[in-house]
Amino acid sequence: MTQLQYKGTGSATGRTGSRYWRSKSAYLGVLPFLLFSGLFLLYPTWNVVSGAFKDNYGKFSSKVLLEVFNSSVARHAFANSLEISAKTAIVGAILGGLFAWAIVTGKPGGVFYKISVALSSVLAQFGGVMLTFAFLATFGFNGLVSTLAVKYLPNTFLADSTWLYGKTGLSVLYTFFQIPLMVLVFLPTLENLKPQWREASDALGGKAYEYWLRIGIPILTPSFAGAALLLFVNSFSAYATANTLINLSDFLTPLEIATALTSETGGSNPAEAKSLSLFMVIVVVIVMGLYALLRKKVSKWEQKR
Amino acid sequence: MKQSMGVRLWRWTIISVVALYLLVPLYAMFDFSTKPFGFADKGRTFRAWKMITEQPDLWPAISRSLITAAIVMALILFLIVPTAIWVHLKLPVLRRPFELLCLLPLAIPAIVIVVGIAPLYRWISINISESPITLAGVYSMLILPYTYRSLSAALDAVDIHTLAEAATTLGATITRVIFGIIMPTIKTGIVNGSFIAIALVLGEYTISNILNFKTFQVVIAQIGRTNGNVAVAVSLASLLFVIFLLLIIPTKKRQGTVLDVDVA
Repeated sequence: MTQLQYKGTGSATGRTGSRYWRSKSAYLGVLPFLLFSGLFLLYPTWNVVSGAFKDNYGKFSSKVLLEVFNSSVARHAFANSLEISAKTAIVGAILGGLFAWAIVTGKPGGVFYKISVALSSVLAQFGGVMLTFAFLATFGFNGLVSTLAVKYLPNTFLADSTWLYGKTGLSVLYTFFQIPLMVLVFLPTLENLKPQWREASDALGGKAYEYWLRIGIPILTPSFAGAALLLFVNSFSAYATANTLINLSDFLTPLEIATALTSETGGSNPAEAKSLSLFMVIVVVIVMGLYALLRKKVSKWEQKR
Repeated sequence: MKQSMGVRLWRWTIISVVALYLLVPLYAMFDFSTKPFGFADKGRTFRAWKMITEQPDLWPAISRSLITAAIVMALILFLIVPTAIWVHLKLPVLRRPFELLCLLPLAIPAIVIVVGIAPLYRWISINISESPITLAGVYSMLILPYTYRSLSAALDAVDIHTLAEAATTLGATITRVIFGIIMPTIKTGIVNGSFIAIALVLGEYTISNILNFKTFQVVIAQIGRTNGNVAVAVSLASLLFVIFLLLIIPTKKRQGTVLDVDVA
């Protein structure tokens, strides 16, 4: 009897467990993980979300939240964060998408393919302290490019490294890790494009640009947009690079949060940090929600192969 | 397939632009770290590279970060993976909630987690230990989405119900089913997860910097304030180390899972 039931459960989806497996004591098995994640994941999340509606003495009030919402400093930092994330997401998505196309049009599984993919997976994680040093060594005072520029192009912006320590510089740094991330996310999509579509288009007399305009681009748009949303979240959440490059505490929201939390002048303000964090989480949740919707659309053709 | 002139031209333009963007800073790091500094040397010098060994804070930080990575891997092996298998086998009702829990860190940036977890770590450093190794707790949560993705793909590919049934019929205990039967079959997924663990722990800066723990990245930033050349040399060395790790871990399809943050 039980043997027969097991046959029914043999599906990979695991939807149908037999009654034998579903005893109450099974719930004890997830208890250690639940305790652990409760401590290190659910508690901090709850702490931030509920803390945003409290003042620094633990009383419920929306005062701090409203203060942060109306503060011009906070709004400025938030606008900077959104602007840099949007710009680097778009530039990174375009450059990374084109590079992914260049990889796909090469020999599949060739040396260039392998090197590009391996390097991308390393460089996509290469944010933070080390990235800052790489760009200081390139464009900073006494860096490789700026030294050359001082010699040969003394009147261009390259000769004067101050641009590096602002919005432009930060965007250039962020784009550095956005491109490889885009390659990793978008490459599988391009590889899944069916060659038969191109052949059909060619056989019916379509030109190359017509194929891209009418078939390629429309079909790739949802996954491209989805990937761009991922890149947006990626730079919106970034803290380490900005922290090591510029020491302006109110320049970006993550920097502002860190200052509110650890202020060295003694004015630490956890309630403000939590309110700012809540606004960040709201943006990320909205963007990830859009991403999930887009992925659903994509998976219809991408996964049914 | 023969490519037309236009396609080839486009292709090489894109490749050179992106390669220039990505490779020039890397070469600049090498250039900068071998620049002469002080009065003693001229031309190229490897003094900065030699000075890596003389940094008093660096080696303890590296060993601590590696120990932390090892603990994170142990948490993956003995807590997260068994729980994922348990949920797949015995509690299909909980699959969706478990997935949501694992994907939660995607919606919460590290800078936000640190705000929420600061009181907990204040308590831990007073009552348990001040060591940065305690960060393993929060790190293992940060990598949950990646671990979950590679695990669930691996678990879906194997018919673990039949395996578990066969093993139980032959008298295996549930511990043996999980650790002796199912885990070996999803080895690739676990190896991928471990690789991400090492990369994350060695690269983490946000949480440790704000909570005042001296991890690898925090020490590099600290060296950078006094000696730029050495800091650049250390950064390049650690980048090469990660590339080396990537080459010696022989797994197929790693590239897809490292950053496959597909929540749909």
